[in-house]
Amino acid sequence: MTESVKNTLLFVVVAGLILLSGFTQSWNTAILILNMGLISAIMAIGVNLQWGFAGLFNVGVMGFVALGGLAVVLVSTPPTPGAWSSGGYGIVLSLLLGAATVVACVLVAQKLPKGRVQTLSIIGILVVGFFIYRAVFDPSAAAVEAINPAVAGNLGGLNFCTEARYCGWLVVLAWFAGGLLAAGAAWLIGKTALGLRSDYLAIATLGIAEIIIAIMKNEDWLARGVKNVYGIPRPYPVVGYEVELQNDPGFLTRADWFGLDPVTASTLSVKLGYSLLFTIVLLALLWMAQMALKSPWGRMMRAIRDNEVAAEAMGKDVTRRHLQIFVLGSAICGIAGAMMTTLDGQLTPGTYNPLRFTFLVWVMVIVGGSGNNFGAVLGAFLIWFLWIQVEPIGLWLMNLITLGLPDGSALKSHLIDSAAHMRLFTMGLILLIVLRFSPRGLIPEK
Amino acid sequence: MDLLNALVALANFVLVPAIAYGSQLALGALGVTLIYGILRFSNFAHGDTMAFGAMIAVLVTWGLQAVGVSFGPLPTALLALPFAILGCIVLVLITDRLVYRFYREQKAKPVILVIVSMGVMFIMNGLVRFIIGPDDQRFSDGARFLISARDFRAMTGLNEGLAIRTSQALTVVVAVVAVALLFWFLNKTRTGKSMRAYSDNEDLALLSGINPERVVMITWIIVAALATTAGVLYGLDKSFKPFVYFQLLLPIFASAIVGGLGNPLGAIAGGFIIAFSEVTITYAWKKVLTYIAPESLAPSGLVQFLSTDYKFAVSFVILLIVLLFKPTGLFKGKVV
Repeated sequence: MTESVKNTLLFVVVAGLILLSGFTQSWNTAILILNMGLISAIMAIGVNLQWGFAGLFNVGVMGFVALGGLAVVLVSTPPTPGAWSSGGYGIVLSLLLGAATVVACVLVAQKLPKGRVQTLSIIGILVVGFFIYRAVFDPSAAAVEAINPAVAGNLGGLNFCTEARYCGWLVVLAWFAGGLLAAGAAWLIGKTALGLRSDYLAIATLGIAEIIIAIMKNEDWLARGVKNVYGIPRPYPVVGYEVELQNDPGFLTRADWFGLDPVTASTLSVKLGYSLLFTIVLLALLWMAQMALKSPWGRMMRAIRDNEVAAEAMGKDVTRRHLQIFVLGSAICGIAGAMMTTLDGQLTPGTYNPLRFTFLVWVMVIVGGSGNNFGAVLGAFLIWFLWIQVEPIGLWLMNLITLGLPDGSALKSHLIDSAAHMRLFTMGLILLIVLRFSPRGLIPEK
Repeated sequence: MDLLNALVALANFVLVPAIAYGSQLALGALGVTLIYGILRFSNFAHGDTMAFGAMIAVLVTWGLQAVGVSFGPLPTALLALPFAILGCIVLVLITDRLVYRFYREQKAKPVILVIVSMGVMFIMNGLVRFIIGPDDQRFSDGARFLISARDFRAMTGLNEGLAIRTSQALTVVVAVVAVALLFWFLNKTRTGKSMRAYSDNEDLALLSGINPERVVMITWIIVAALATTAGVLYGLDKSFKPFVYFQLLLPIFASAIVGGLGNPLGAIAGGFIIAFSEVTITYAWKKVLTYIAPESLAPSGLVQFLSTDYKFAVSFVILLIVLLFKPTGLFKGKVV
């Protein structure tokens, strides 16, 4: 069996698994798995770019995914009336002042000679800058948050269309904005943290992700914090709205032709619309990643990964290349995060969890095969399928195990209740087994 | 101007909580730093090891409470602690035997071991959730306060009260005992010396006949004991919730790195640095300042630099500053 036949077979098996859940459970579940699988695949490409190509240990994926979601709110939702005039400009001004403070500190650190004068002036600038920032920021933020707090209280987005629901092109633009926002954050982080050793970088990125989530939870003016943003527009017309589809005579005749009732047909149509768009994005990114891998740039990256010292001796600028690929990979994670928020139709900062959004993506990349884009994509679909299906399987297993126990016994109910927590255990087990017996993953790097 | 009241308020809201929290972080960071020194990787599963140890303590405490055993004014969990440590030791030794030893024999790169520890983290997290569930569990009992705020006010006649909870006092006492034992072990006993030798120079230690597997085993035993103690103390002080322990990973790592990875003294110092900065920066200083400043200058706002939800940011910023200016930590750490 040749390499390519084996790989195709692996993809066919995963597709078969998803189809199987369509036949045995419901098509709704199957398409849900497919859609999140597509998004996970994009995240996996991003992590694979950083880890597989360049050997950068980034465990802050969650932060970039969340930033993508934030960008969707800041771009594709309608603006809150009066938010900008009451405090929006003040917030922007205060943020600029804050940035100016940091820049001033960096300049002082660079220009003044080392010594007590330098240290004191840096501390002075920081203290003065902080108080000016708070003096401008606090009233502005309070003013924005006071506007209709039950449904708004945030700046809102840039969706100035008269019917925000139908501005589909802006939603797609918001995905790219998500990538840009994540890239900007990654540039800032990379500038400070990339010089660190691998495990320090890991801790640093882990911390940054937590900070990003903390900011999104607390800054209500930005995206309502833990009050969540609902009703985020969809990429219309590829993805419609169920109620409208059910009232559309053309759609009803088509649904009838497939032999589906209008409600099922409309939900399936909406989800398939997402699948179509996500597939296009995934294929485009996969193509670009493949091209990058094959190009001289990709070879240079792998050379740096395998031996930094030798690559540096050959005149490669290791720090710059690391920064470059860190930004690129994070941008891809940002795009995936933006797409996920659009798919959910809501931004809920409270649900971001590093186990789910950072470490699970890592499991996908390692299981699929780090350094191989197709491997990362395969791993993403497979692991996401398992992540969803382990719960029903676990429940079935627990019911089987507890068959002999009398009904209503404490142990039986505890075991059945705990079945939901099997997924973390299973993911860890899969990761350890793959690392032990097939450390290069299902589709190894060529 | 009322310096005495200001001092008591400061002690009550900043010093006492920060010392307790700092002791918990120090115990956690000692575990991380020992693993790094001997096994030479950053153990991402440490938070979940703490959660596992604490979970056993919770279960044993419930069992003891059910049969009516109590420890007088002290929490019953203290009686459960030895059992919890034993359970945790069994778990980490099994993990080492089944998982880590293979990579040690292969001389795998440290970053591979970090990824392996990610897998262990998932499994331990799953185990804890499977056994006890993801919810909050309270298991502290006994006397709640060593000194309650009201008693203190009645005793001294001051406006401000100073409350010291039993769990806080206990944390400090237990931490001091644990650290003293650890340092005595590392500096005075033959095994401890062999551990330090192994950490300093692996090849030289092997040449002088030190059995590496024995050193590793003893390290895991000590780490399990430290992690369980830290986990139980944290759980008594706040409450037991599996996900919180996972999140503790960040301040613990920050403490270990700030102090210098692989350096036990540094881990303790780092723990207190992180704890004090977190508490002071997220504390609303209005009360203390109102006592110190003359009436005309009394602050109108809360004088809180950052909201409490940003405590991660504090530990992280300190971590970054230390790493940028002193890449091996305040006390000289090691580099693998």
